[in-house]
Formats: sequence, structure tokens, C-alpha cells
Amino acid sequence: MTQLLDIRNLCIDFPMRNLVLNAVKNFDLQVNAGEIIGLVGESGAGKSTVGNAITGLLGKPGRISSGEVYFQGENIRDYTDEQMRKLRGRRIGTIFQDPQSSLNPLMTVGKQLVETIQECLGLKAKDAEARAIELLNDVGIPDPQSRLNSYPHQFSGGMRQRVVIALALAGDPELIIADEPTTALDVSIQSQILKLIRRICDERGLGVIMVTHDIGVVSEIADRVAVMFRGELVEVGDVNQVLRLPQHEYTQNLIVAVPSPDKRLHRFTCVDLIEGEAAQSKIDVQSHWLGKTNAGVEASVGPAIQVKNMSLAFRLKNSVFKSQRTFVQAVDNVSFDIQQGETFGLVGESGSGKSTVAKIIAGLHFADTGDLSIYGQKIGPKHNDLARRHSRTFLQVVFQDPYSSMNSRMNIRDIVAEPMRFHRLTENESQTRQIVDDLLDHVGLGKTAARRYPHEFSGGQRQRIAIARALASRPRILICDEPTSALDVSTQAQILNLLRDLQDELGLTMLFISHDLPVVRQMCDRIAVMRHGKICEIASNEDLFESPQHAYSQHLLNLMPNLGAA
Amino acid sequence: MRYLFGRLMQVGLVMIIVSFVSFSMFNFVGDPLSSLLPEDATAADADRMREALGLNDTVMTQYGRFMTNAVQGNFGISYRLKQPVTELIASRLPATLELVAVSAVIAITFGVTAGVFCGIRPKSWLSKTILSSSLAGVSLPTFVIGIALIYIFAVTLQWLPSSGRGGTVDLGGWKTSLLTVDGWRSILLPAITLSLFQTTMILRLVRAEMLEVMRADFIKFARARGLTDRAINFGHALRNTLVPVTTVIGMNIGGLIAFSVITETVFQWPGTGLMFIQAVGFVDIPVMAAYLLFVAGLFVLISLTVDLLYFLIDPRIRLS
Amino acid sequence: MPIPMKSQMTMIDTDKTSRLSRFLDNDVVWSFTHSPMAMIAGLATLFFFSVALFAPIIAPFNPFDPAQVMLWDGKLPPAWAAGGQSQYILGTDDQGRDLLSTMLYGGRLSILVGLAAVLLGMVLGTTLGVISGFAGGLTDVVIMRIADVQLTIPGILTAIMINGFGRAFLPIEYHNQFAIYFVIIAIGLSDWPQFARVTRGATMVERNKEYVQAARVIGLPSWLIILRHVLPNVMRSVIVLSTLSFAIAIISEATLSFLGQGIPSTTPSLGTLIRVGNEYLFSGLWWIAFFPSLVLVLLVFSVNLLGDKLRDILDPKLR
Repeated sequence: MTQLLDIRNLCIDFPMRNLVLNAVKNFDLQVNAGEIIGLVGESGAGKSTVGNAITGLLGKPGRISSGEVYFQGENIRDYTDEQMRKLRGRRIGTIFQDPQSSLNPLMTVGKQLVETIQECLGLKAKDAEARAIELLNDVGIPDPQSRLNSYPHQFSGGMRQRVVIALALAGDPELIIADEPTTALDVSIQSQILKLIRRICDERGLGVIMVTHDIGVVSEIADRVAVMFRGELVEVGDVNQVLRLPQHEYTQNLIVAVPSPDKRLHRFTCVDLIEGEAAQSKIDVQSHWLGKTNAGVEASVGPAIQVKNMSLAFRLKNSVFKSQRTFVQAVDNVSFDIQQGETFGLVGESGSGKSTVAKIIAGLHFADTGDLSIYGQKIGPKHNDLARRHSRTFLQVVFQDPYSSMNSRMNIRDIVAEPMRFHRLTENESQTRQIVDDLLDHVGLGKTAARRYPHEFSGGQRQRIAIARALASRPRILICDEPTSALDVSTQAQILNLLRDLQDELGLTMLFISHDLPVVRQMCDRIAVMRHGKICEIASNEDLFESPQHAYSQHLLNLMPNLGAA
Repeated sequence: MRYLFGRLMQVGLVMIIVSFVSFSMFNFVGDPLSSLLPEDATAADADRMREALGLNDTVMTQYGRFMTNAVQGNFGISYRLKQPVTELIASRLPATLELVAVSAVIAITFGVTAGVFCGIRPKSWLSKTILSSSLAGVSLPTFVIGIALIYIFAVTLQWLPSSGRGGTVDLGGWKTSLLTVDGWRSILLPAITLSLFQTTMILRLVRAEMLEVMRADFIKFARARGLTDRAINFGHALRNTLVPVTTVIGMNIGGLIAFSVITETVFQWPGTGLMFIQAVGFVDIPVMAAYLLFVAGLFVLISLTVDLLYFLIDPRIRLS
Repeated sequence: MPIPMKSQMTMIDTDKTSRLSRFLDNDVVWSFTHSPMAMIAGLATLFFFSVALFAPIIAPFNPFDPAQVMLWDGKLPPAWAAGGQSQYILGTDDQGRDLLSTMLYGGRLSILVGLAAVLLGMVLGTTLGVISGFAGGLTDVVIMRIADVQLTIPGILTAIMINGFGRAFLPIEYHNQFAIYFVIIAIGLSDWPQFARVTRGATMVERNKEYVQAARVIGLPSWLIILRHVLPNVMRSVIVLSTLSFAIAIISEATLSFLGQGIPSTTPSLGTLIRVGNEYLFSGLWWIAFFPSLVLVLLVFSVNLLGDKLRDILDPKLR
């Protein structure tokens, strides 16, 4: 194998207002022709920065402060701007994350391809067009001849990413840098795109640097893996070796934190390295105010939540004329029960209606038809329904996006105390404050957090605050709507551990929504698989993962990246 | 097609609302009788007049009659000039349209060129100079610019006339000042005055738009494919600013019509704007009402043209 | 539905010094105090406001006191020019009023009208915009249709029309008396769609954020969510827009007055003074138009610059 790229001692700085941020420190990496290198790391690890630095597209004010980058034996740090431009496209191709925004919306796909081919290869218009058709065909776009005249918005997300790949290949490069190429796509499309990249790499003998946060992707496609942590390369080696027997402490933590689809663990072990979960003085919840049942929640028997024949259609397009309105059936005749103290999972791809079900139960949407009962109380379809109002203290939600789930103009104390103050659950303000402090301690933030504002916290810390807020009204039922999908794996493991602990301590009933099967495998007792608004299958955790009945469940399970198989 | 149909519906709605406002003006502001009847009229005369004018009919009937007349181009007679309003507008329209057209050419040429330049080279000293002076341009009221230009070029230097249209040539009922040297000398100061504010507005918006597009992912991807700066700037970036820039230019022409009222007053330019201001001063209701409808019509026309251009520029609208 | 008492919502153990240092440490304040242009614009605007506020104290004459106005002192040039008198530093206007004093009072009037008009436009536009963005549906369609229609016509034309038609309803003898209110209402009404458009957009962004859903799950009624959560988050845009609109409102007032449709010459604003000065420009009496124009342009420029910098700092997305 010939060596394509040799990065030695690369350092990249971002000079800021009052400090210099060392985004990448002493980075070494070699890439050979015909191999795929997975460059993994969590957000802020500097992996994309490396990719941008190689192609000379480092965003301002970033700069390479030292180190060499040899491409096919030449040090490209000596290149002029014009030489760098000629390097891009012709010798190094790039694929970005979001195919939607990577393509010029006002130009046909054909024009963008022909333009690039002519620029890079100097072909005549006719030859360039022939080559464009060939490329589209190669990346698996049906009927490439006529698709040349289509605009990007006329392609689906997966097809668009194929076009992007064709564009990256247009100049016949030897190396491809793919920056999270499948992150914006659904699981089923993700695996198709990964297979395509693998095939092209093998056929053309390309070197590929696959920048990703997803260890599952790496295990599926890469030959070698390089792990980055806080700007440094901590481990590099053969994929099987690194994933099975990680040497560095960080890599070990990272791999333990990846939820396994094979076996169900009660907690993730040793994942404390990353965000330094400072050992806070946890409170004894059982004897605390939080542990006491909220007055008015009768210890009823039977299921905590009952959903019967629930349906809801959203209006996609409004019109004065009834016949012109189009609807989408977001929830279609859904029924299930959630027992007290149980964790019930709802899984499905985006658009399957799982979040809509959660929002109906939380009172954010109203079903068109069907019944919803919470602790045996039927909930009417109105904001001010008596049973609904009553439910608001004992049913709470943890949302997906920790960056938007808190009002950035309020401090943490006011955020967490809002439910207590609004429902007047405490006797006085000092008790409220005491409880907020205890809560913050208990979720692992410490009471000093109370006076600070959301922007001072990381995503994982914010999710802890969100959990504290949800607990503040002493809920019996907690709805978790993709609570960890915006987080890095190691943080995800910590948050899942926290939720698990809280459930054990407080005996919460949980409705857990996720698109991520391994997470569901770890968290849930029973699971419902949703697709197009309908429930395909409801089964216990073990039954679903070991012998799925419905064809769609089997399909989903097949797509699931499996570290064990790597 | 449905998109255009929707726009047409909306436009129709606008015209109906404006025409109703205009009609209410016409009928309920002041007493039309007092301005039409002779001084020594009796109560019986007034009743006869009222009957003759149809003022005893229901509001809807009156509105219907007003609209029928309006569509036929009949807006009544100016209280002040005792001339049919339609004739009045028609005779003054060429002056306004020529002024607006010349200003628009100036504003678009300079505004778009400078805006694109500032967007492509945001760090150059020239861009920074242009940008800072544009803020001053936005802060200069039109009439102050007009007065300053008159004082410098007409009063002190005496190079150019300070008012009027100069020599006009009659082209089949359209009196144009663009065919004589004198006419061009006269239009220069008002056109510059009128265009200055709009030039700075276009410049700032085009620049902002350009900067925004330059940050887009597809520009970065174009760069990563090794395309030349030229191809990226003009082939990709500029084209993507066309939709917002078209909007800006549409708004700009609207702005020119609005500010022509002020410019025409400063330069005593015999156009519709000056006519309107004089009408307001004399509470000449028929002229005011007709001008309102006329301007609304112009704006509707502009916004429809802009929509049509979107349709041509943006495949996402055209093909969905 | 229980409503939390005010005392519950305020911090009790507020440490003053830490609050102040926290305030100064704030990114917004830092950006502002470290941008020379922003500071200059802020100070200049502050200067104009103080001069306007203290005009009766600073002004050497009271231009509205007939005892202090000498008709035979009319049209005197500035003190340094030939024929100027030392007590009239910037000369006098056509009625013999000291130009400096008249300008001080005129600037005060211009600022006052501008503020009142922007306040009207802001309150109306923000209220409608937030309601429109939060409620959605038919309410939204109706409010935004009206705003859209009005937005296609430039503000100054709308203001001239509203003002003109407003005056048409009133007998001529009352025009001067009510002129200032007409001007304020006309400019305010021409201004609201901008506020409505911006706050509606911001509200819709905020409404879909999860913290609003979280507040709903807690059970907060819509009005409380708007008041406590949405409004504080759209305020930045409103502040920036208010500043820029204030500059436009001053220009609009001056324009109306210049056209003879605004503030009458008995109590002239800057625009009125320029109109009067314009009539004497050809006879060489340049100062009557020049000084008010200069002040007007400087005032508008400082406010515009302030707005521009505030936008860069507070709300870079707003244009």
C-alpha cells in the first residue's frame, strides 16, 4: 500500500479575545491508499479542524501553528493559495455533513457536476457531461441522464448525499475527507451511504478519512481508527484491536459508554473521566421532601398511563378549499398501557410519530380521537381540563435539546423552582431554595449552580438541570423525549445512569422515547416499535431484541451498528 | 401556478381595501356639497344636489358607483384646480416616472456594484470606507440633501437649475425631458437627491446578503471542490443573492415613488408627488383619494413583478 | 389558577457588588465598552438627549416669550459673520428669534415626537407581533396580512397619508393645535409593521423552543408564558429595532414638518426651521437652514450609528 498522507506534529491554534485556544495538539496520522481511517472523538475534540486544515479550509481565526502535512511526498504547507486550490477537488475531495446545504439550490445538479469536472480535469463540455452521467451512475442514482437537469431540492436526503459524493469524486481525487457524512441521515439511509463509500474506496483505491462522533459508524466501515480527545490523538490502530482492547483510558471510557444492543446492564460502568462528575453530597431522597408523595396523588392500582385507539392528523398544507388540504396521520390508532414503576420505550425513525404520542400524553398536543387516562383518570382534550391540570404536578417531561429547553434569561434557581413556585408546592421561599439546592446537589451539579445561567453549562450539565426541573414538582411519571440524542456518548452514559438511579430511588414510571435501539435496550422494560404513526409491535425488552416478530422490527435491528461484531 | 394565483388573490384584496379607504375619504371627509354648491344655495338646492350625486343611496351602492367610475378612470374634479383628477394625474405622470426611472438606474447601478464589492472583499479598506459613508448616507434626510445640492450647484456655483423640468418634448401625449440637454440638466439634481438614500440602502442590503451567502455550506463545498474564486463569487454566491436583491430592488422602486413626494417638493418638480402635497395642503379630497389609489396600484404592480421574477430565478418556487 | 406573587419571583439575597461586576463582565457590555464607535455613538446620543432635556436652562433666550423676541433683530447672521450680533451666537431666524435657542427647543420637540412615535409603534407592533407569532392560525394570518400590505408601502408615504387624511377630517383652524399629535400617530402607525414582523419571527422561533413546551407542561397559562418567557427573549431585537426606528422617526417628523404638514412654525421643530430657512436660501440667508440641518443630521447619524452597533452586538441576525 502506498502512503498518501502523512501528518506530523500538527498544531492548530485559534487566537481568541483573551486566550489562544489550542484546538489540535501534536497530531500525527498516516493515511494509505485504499484504506478508510475513522477519526473519532466527541464534540470539541478537534477532529473536523484536522480535516479542514488538510484542505486549507480552516475557518478564521484558526491557523496551523506548527507541524507538517505531506501529501504524496510533498509538504503542502509550502503550497501557495493557488496550489492549495488546485489540490482541492483534483487530489483531495471533501464530503460535508448536510447534503441539504452543501448543494447550490439554484443550479441543476448537472451544471454543478460539469462545472467541477471542467475546472478540475479540463474536459470539453460534452465529455464532462458524459463523465457526470457516469459518476451519478456510479454513486447509484437511477436514470442519471435525466437527473442531470434536476435541482437539488428534487432529490431525497439520501440521494442528495449521493450527489455530494459524486461531486467530491468529480475531480478524480486520491483522498476523500468525509466530515460526518451520515449524521444528518436516517439509520436505514446511513448504512446505504456507508456501503457506497466503502465500495468506492475499494474500487478506486482511495484513501478516506471518515470524521465522525459515532463509534458504530467506525466499526462498520473503517479499517483503522484514530481517537481524539481534547485536541490530542490518544490512540490509533486497527479497528478490531482498538474497539476490543482499547489501550488508552479515554478510549476505554468511550467504548464502555456506547450502549450495547446485546446485553442489558443496570448501569454503565466507569464513565466519569469525561465530564468529571464531581462526587456531590447526594441527599437521602426517601426521607426528603422530594421522596414524599405529592398530596393528591392517590396510590391507585392499575396502569399509570392508558392510551386507547389514539389518532392525530396534522394539516400539512392549509387551504381555503377543503379538498386542497393535505394531512399527515402522525398518530394512527395507537393503544398501549404503561404499568406503574415501569420504563416503557417508544422507538422508531424520525417521523414515526413517537414524539407526538409523548406530546399528547404531556398535554402539548390533543388527539383527534381516542382516550388517554393517567392513573385511571380520563384526560379531556382541553388545556384547562380538570384532570389535566391535576396531572401537571405528577407528570413531567425531559426534553431532547438541552440548548433550547431552558430560558436563557433566567438563572438556574428560577428555572428549577418554576414548577414549585407556580403550583405553590412549598410553604415558603426559603424552603423552595433549599429544595432547589438539594436537587442540584443530587443531580450532580452542586448548589453553586443555582445563581448561574444556562449558557455557562455544557450540554450534559444542562440536561441535568432539565432533570432537576422535571423532578421539582415531585412527579410520579417522567416522559423522556430523546433525552440524550443531542449529547456525546460518554455524557449520554452519565445521563442514562442518573435517570436510572432516580427511577430506583423514587420508583418513577417512565416513558422513554428514542430512535436509538441500543439506548432503548439499556433503559426500557417494555418497548413499542412505531412506524408511520402506527405501533408495529409491543414486546418486552428481551423478546424484542432476541426474537423480533414484526418485519419492521427485524429490519431496524439489522441496521443497528454492532460493536461486538467488529 | 397556484403560488401566482394566491398572490393575485392577495393583490385583489389589497386593492379592495385601499379603494374602500379611498372611497371613505371621498364620501365622508368634509362635505362634498359645500365645495360644489354656489354660496347662495338653498336647502332645496342642497337636497337636489344630494339626490343628483346619489348621496342618499346605501353605502354599498355608492361604493359600487365609485369603483365603476374609478375603473373607467373617473375620479371627479379637483376642488382646487377645477380640473378632472384623471387628466391632472395623466399630465403629471411622465415627470414622476422619468424622475423615478433615472433615480432607479443610478441607485441600482451604484448600490449593487458597491454592495457586491463590499460583500466579496469585506476586509479591504475601500469596503470599510464605503460602508461607513453609507451609514452617513442613511442618516441624511432627502430634503436636506436636496437643499444642500441646490445651495451648492444652483445658488453658489450656478451650474444647474434648481427647479422645474427644463425643456420638454411631446411624444404623442407623453411630455419627456430626457430628449433635451436642458431637460437632462434639470433632472440631474433631483435624480441624485432621490437616489442617494436608496443607493445606500441597496448597498447595505446587497452586502449583508452577499456576506450571508458566502457563509453558506455550499460555498464551502464549492471551495472544497477547487473551483476558482471567480466562479464561486459570481457563479454561485451572486446568483443566490438574486432573490433577496430582487426584493430589495422592488422595495427600492417603491421607496423612490414615496420619496419622490419630498424631492418633487424641494425641486418644484411638476410631478404627481408635488400635486399630492399641494392637494393635502388644500384638503383637495378627490386628488388625495385618487393619488392613494394610484400609488397603491403602482405598488401592487411592483410587488407582482417581483413575484414573477422570483418565479423565474428560484427553481424551488418554480418546480414545487 | 394560582399566580405566583411578585415577591416570590425576585431574588432576596442579591449581592449588589457581585451583581454589578457580573453586569460589567457580561459579553454585551464588554463588547459595547470595547467598541470605540459604539461608545462614541452612545455618548453623542446621550449628549443630544441631555441638551434636549435641559434646553430651557441652556438656551440663552426663550423663543416662545414674545417679550424676548425682537422682530427688528430678524435675519441676523451668526455672531462671527459680518453684521452678526454677539448675543445671537448662531444668528436669528426670520421672526427675530435667537436661532440657537430655537434650535434647542426644536431639537427637544423633534426628539420628543420621535420617542413618542417609536413608543407607539413599538407597543402596538410588539404586542400584535407576539400575539401573532404565539397564537398562529387565523389571528396570525389576519395581523400579518395587514402588516404585509402596509410594509409594501414605504413608511414615510404611509405617514404622509395618515397625517394628511387625519388633517382632512379636522377643520383647518384646529390643524396647528393638534399637529403634534397627528404627527406622532402618523409616524407611530407607519412604524408598527416592522416591529410586528420582527417580533413575530422571533416569537415563532422562541415558541417552538423546548423551554416554552416545558413551561406548558408545568401548566403556565399562555399569557404568563408570553410575559415571562417569550417577551424577555425577543426584547433584544425590539431594542435594536427601536433605536433604528427612532432615527427614522426623527427623519419622518422633520420631513413632514419640512413639507409643511407637521409641526407649525409657531413652535418650530428642526424640520420646520429648515423649511423656513429653505425659503430664504436664495437670498443668501444660509444659516437658518444650515444649522438646523447640521443638528438634524448629526442627531440622526449618532442614533443610527448606535443602532448599527447595537445590532452588531445584540442581534447580528437582524437586518
